[in-house]
Amino acid sequence: MSDWRPSASFGTLRLRARLLAQTRAFFHARDVWEVETPLLSQAATPDPHIHSFAVPASTGVDTRYLHTSPEFPMKRLLAAGSGSIYQICKVFREAETGRRHNPEFTLLEWYRIGFDLRALMKEVDALVRELLRQQVGECLVLTDTQYFSYQEALRCFAGLDPLNMDVAALQGCARHHGLDVPALGDERDAWLDLLMSHVVEPALPRHCPVFIYDYPASQAALAQICGDVAERFELYFNGMELANGFHELADAVEQRRRFEAQNRRRMQTGQPVMPLDTHFLAALEQGLPDCSGVALGFDRLLMLVAGKPDIPAVLSFGHERA
Amino acid sequence: MATYSTNEFRSGLKLMLDGDPCSIIENEFVKPGKGQAFNRVKIRNLKTGRVLEKTFKSGESVEAADVIDTDMQYLYNDGDAWYFMDPDTYEQVGADENAVVDAIKWLKEQDICSVTLWNGNPIAVTPPNHVILKISETDPGLRGDTSGGGGKPATCETGAVVRVPLFIEEGEMIKVDTRTGEYVSRVRD
Repeated sequence: MSDWRPSASFGTLRLRARLLAQTRAFFHARDVWEVETPLLSQAATPDPHIHSFAVPASTGVDTRYLHTSPEFPMKRLLAAGSGSIYQICKVFREAETGRRHNPEFTLLEWYRIGFDLRALMKEVDALVRELLRQQVGECLVLTDTQYFSYQEALRCFAGLDPLNMDVAALQGCARHHGLDVPALGDERDAWLDLLMSHVVEPALPRHCPVFIYDYPASQAALAQICGDVAERFELYFNGMELANGFHELADAVEQRRRFEAQNRRRMQTGQPVMPLDTHFLAALEQGLPDCSGVALGFDRLLMLVAGKPDIPAVLSFGHERA
Repeated sequence: MATYSTNEFRSGLKLMLDGDPCSIIENEFVKPGKGQAFNRVKIRNLKTGRVLEKTFKSGESVEAADVIDTDMQYLYNDGDAWYFMDPDTYEQVGADENAVVDAIKWLKEQDICSVTLWNGNPIAVTPPNHVILKISETDPGLRGDTSGGGGKPATCETGAVVRVPLFIEEGEMIKVDTRTGEYVSRVRD
């Protein structure tokens, strides 16, 4: 049995330590301060595609949930007047295991008061470029950062118009690319996710940060909607998703409406309804300062810097050995 | 009808797809941070031997192939088929190349393999996790080197090529893990 040994080399683990130190220095220099928020919460995200680990108390009361992102408490800090903040923490998502997924992983999340999406994308780009300079092994040649709207990306790399095509046309397009997943039914966003992950991502430009912005309003998550698109971006590098950012929704009524719609969706699909974060909603009612925020998968960034093909190779102990 | 959820997907799992029994070769979990999760699998059709890729919505249920895995002893190969015997009933079955393709380089007469039967026909063969094979060819190693570092290729009696430590010599027996194709240890009589 060699399973007791680390799944990453010490070289890679030391590289992780260096990147963490460098990240903290990056934010220190920009006067963004580090915070910690609870891992165990009374509430959980109702997003039907994200599954929280429930932690039942031995007394049978006060079930808690491991957070899937520190977003809600960090926004409570912002509403309470913290100013720009960042956090580096473990987050937990049940049933996500694979080459690029580990059920517990490290997220770097930060919020910038007064930043619009463009300003935040620039900052993400600056951080990623700085950390990628530490790369070992085969050198990635970094070329200019590329920006595509979601519509442009799907048009260029999958030959479809995501904002105007109906679900039948999207299904036809998927079949044209050799993809048929009847279980998706007539759920438009699921077909778009299929095309995005199977057709667009592998075709994205390589060796440079690629930002995709202006998502369909139906995929706004916690972003503000402006016209028919959501003020949301994703960062990709070599076809791998690294970060997701929003111009943050600050409207408490709209936020509650989205939460409730997500819980209804959970009910329809036989998933447990999650307790909503009423503290977070109360904070929004009090007033969230205008801000943009982003969450970056730190382990995936380390995969790129260390030149490793899978996530266990950058974790001290991957899920199988945890 | 027995089914598997995509959460149970792993290599070697046997599914029924379009009426044919198939075996998962590789299972990849694909999920955008926000949005639908998928299982993208590479799968072998056990009737035709063809390898195809297929994507499932994570959480969906897929019909399990009605197959039986049974332990059988490998007897011999007559050029067309590979023959296996049930050690309890002495019943023999002949498997074609499609069925043994992944196992072929590890098959040693007398070894007990797992044979997958579908309607009584062998459609897949899995070798034992560990096999003991004689080295038929390898370069002479350095005398006194027992560190195991570096290594060299060695051809085994079944034709498999395995990376072995430098001190292993022709004619010696070694233990190999067939799941990874890696050398485990030297075996002395």
